[in-house]
Amino acid sequence: MVDFGYKIQADRQINLDITNKALANFVKKHENSFNTCIGCGTCTATCSTAKFTDFNFRRLQLFIRRGETANVKAEIAKCMLCGKCQLACPRGVNTRNVIMMIKKGLEAHV
Amino acid sequence: MNFAWFVLPFSLGLFLLFILVIFKISFWVRQLPLRDRLLLNRGIFSFKIFKVIKEVIMESLLHRRIFKINPVLGFMHMSFAFGWFMLILVGNMESRLYAGTELNLPYYAIFFKYFVHQPLTIPFAEGFTFIMDFFLVLVLSGLLIALSKRIYSRVVGMKRTTKLKPFDVFAMLSLWFIFPFRLLAESMAAGMYHTGGFLTQPLGNFFAGFLPLGPLSYAMWWAYSIALGVFFVSLPYSRYMHIPTEIVLIAFRHFGIRRTKEYDMFKDVEVFSCSRCGICIDKCQLNTMAQVNTIQSAYFIKSIRKKNQQEAVVQNCLVCGRCQEFCPVGIKTDDLRLSQRMIFENREIADFHYLPQDVPVKTDILYFAGCMTHLTPSIKKAMLNILNSSGISYRFMDEDGSICCGRPLMLSGNNKDALKLMQTNKDIIRSSEAHTLVTSCPICLRVFREDYNLNINVVHHTQFIESMIAEGKISLENSGAKISYHDPCELGRGLGIYDEPRNVLSQTGVLLKNSLERKSSLCCGGSIANNQNYNLNKDKISQQVVAHLSAKEPDMIATACPLCKKSLVKYADIRVADIAELVSEQMVSNKADASRAEKKFNVESVEA
Ligand code: SF4
Ligand code: SF4
Ligand code: SF4
Ligand code: SF4
Repeated sequence: MVDFGYKIQADRQINLDITNKALANFVKKHENSFNTCIGCGTCTATCSTAKFTDFNFRRLQLFIRRGETANVKAEIAKCMLCGKCQLACPRGVNTRNVIMMIKKGLEAHV
Repeated sequence: MNFAWFVLPFSLGLFLLFILVIFKISFWVRQLPLRDRLLLNRGIFSFKIFKVIKEVIMESLLHRRIFKINPVLGFMHMSFAFGWFMLILVGNMESRLYAGTELNLPYYAIFFKYFVHQPLTIPFAEGFTFIMDFFLVLVLSGLLIALSKRIYSRVVGMKRTTKLKPFDVFAMLSLWFIFPFRLLAESMAAGMYHTGGFLTQPLGNFFAGFLPLGPLSYAMWWAYSIALGVFFVSLPYSRYMHIPTEIVLIAFRHFGIRRTKEYDMFKDVEVFSCSRCGICIDKCQLNTMAQVNTIQSAYFIKSIRKKNQQEAVVQNCLVCGRCQEFCPVGIKTDDLRLSQRMIFENREIADFHYLPQDVPVKTDILYFAGCMTHLTPSIKKAMLNILNSSGISYRFMDEDGSICCGRPLMLSGNNKDALKLMQTNKDIIRSSEAHTLVTSCPICLRVFREDYNLNINVVHHTQFIESMIAEGKISLENSGAKISYHDPCELGRGLGIYDEPRNVLSQTGVLLKNSLERKSSLCCGGSIANNQNYNLNKDKISQQVVAHLSAKEPDMIATACPLCKKSLVKYADIRVADIAELVSEQMVSNKADASRAEKKFNVESVEA
């Protein structure tokens, strides 16, 4: 195709009725504080990993909820599990356990 | 040949016990790596064996450590172990002297009073009779305490005693029945033949007054033998396996058998050495402050032994080391917990290739703040102020954000991924050629010291500040404020650093005494080692710890860990500060600067 310097974005519509929410449900079941996340991004603002790369826990949790799990494994691999996010989270999300449950859930569901 | 049919349950039981214990011990030894087996062989034939024997006597028989923790409980354990041991020892001497031969079957000494009726003709006969009765009384008194402990555990000063499963109760009852039956059998024999000592004789005479002693005493000998036999057979499958295993554990320790991070044979021996004494249960704050009462080491260890570890139990622990500090057997419960986490969590997922591969500037002293210190900027600022005004040259290793030290991953059981982080940090530290690494976070400090093999001086900032004061690089002015100090788990119990923080603090203010400090200090609740019901338990614990620290109405609470500060500050009405902050404020040069600034301001305002 001729490169015009711009391109048409891929379709980003998500049908929430048919997305695969297995991972989201697995995490919610084993760490129910995941339900209280409001996506404020405080975790990402303080994140040790985010100092060095574009790792973004707020975005990741959104992807998981939407069932867009293709990149989750590569993303979660970057987390150092340092725990800063957990102390910063204003909603009391047990983020370290969420992260551990995501890792565990990936084995079973993806 | 002396024989009676009732000796069979005892003899069979003893035989089976012997076979099973030998089998188990040889299993442990066979599973050891070759190097450790050689150490074991060498140890047995060296002077170290005397140390082993001494410790076995002090701990397995006299239970010195339990005495130190809880005298009544110590007496209970001692009376069973030492009393019974002496009964066996003296009984054997007595019977062998009497028979004039070494070649008795084991049962002869045990049922000696059945086989021999006439008064003894051996030397010190009266002494022997007295000693035998004395130790029987000792064991029975222990039994009485054990019984009351089961009914009301506060008798021995415990809020809770270990919850038992039916088989444990069965094994326990068989043990408990041994001694009353022995008392009855021996007293009745004494009543029939007018022998016995200060206990058995009067009791025998009393029974003789109204009971048909002949058939009854025979029944008692049967009952005594059956109780012994049942106890022996159930021993290897019950918690009483701790009796032979503790000897193996003591030997392993003295012979220098290696410990690894995994669940190895050393840990397996530890698991079988747990007597489920329950001392750890009351020490656990998850129990006393958060009403979680299924995860304590006594139960956790039992679940390993029964091979039905539950992930929720394995993960629900602060790894605060309180139970370990008080375990009379000296089981390393923290390592045990982490080894079990590795079974569940040691998946290799992480990829840290994004980390910068800096070529660091060479320096003598490296300062590593750590993730948690970055999250508590007041500590970081204070440390930088101290370092800058002391005039030493240093480099701030993680100024642009920390590469995590790896311990948080390790505490979750993920050692494989932790090693990747550790390697990155290690490369930076190595190539900086520093001789001293200073950290503000005890969590980082611990992993730097224990797992990095850095071969340089790794110190906590409280230690570094203390040495700077000693060298005259900084001097402090005492503010007179009353300070209550909180020992962080990783710094105190984890690394044994208790004095340096106190020495520094007592130069910035007046340090108050506290009933739970040093080894028995409380965990702030914020431990990142616990991921289960984290917020729920954490808040309950932090709240009570703050109440405890505030009891003497201090002006402030001081600690030496950013995570402790974060946990405590949430519930404290008074100031919670890291030692570095207090030092930074009380530095004399700092004070001078501050007053100069003030004067300058005054002058300016007057001029204006
Ligand atoms: S800080 Fe807490 S609430 Fe905010 S996005 Fe992160 S996890 Fe969700
Ligand atoms: S635990 Fe992971 S997500 Fe949370 S702050 Fe640390 S690196 Fe970021
Ligand atoms: S772990 Fe130690 S303190 Fe706890 S029950 Fe076992 S022996 Fe007793
Ligand atoms: S390490 Fe601490 S939290 Fe864990 S069982 Fe022992 S006392 Fe309880």
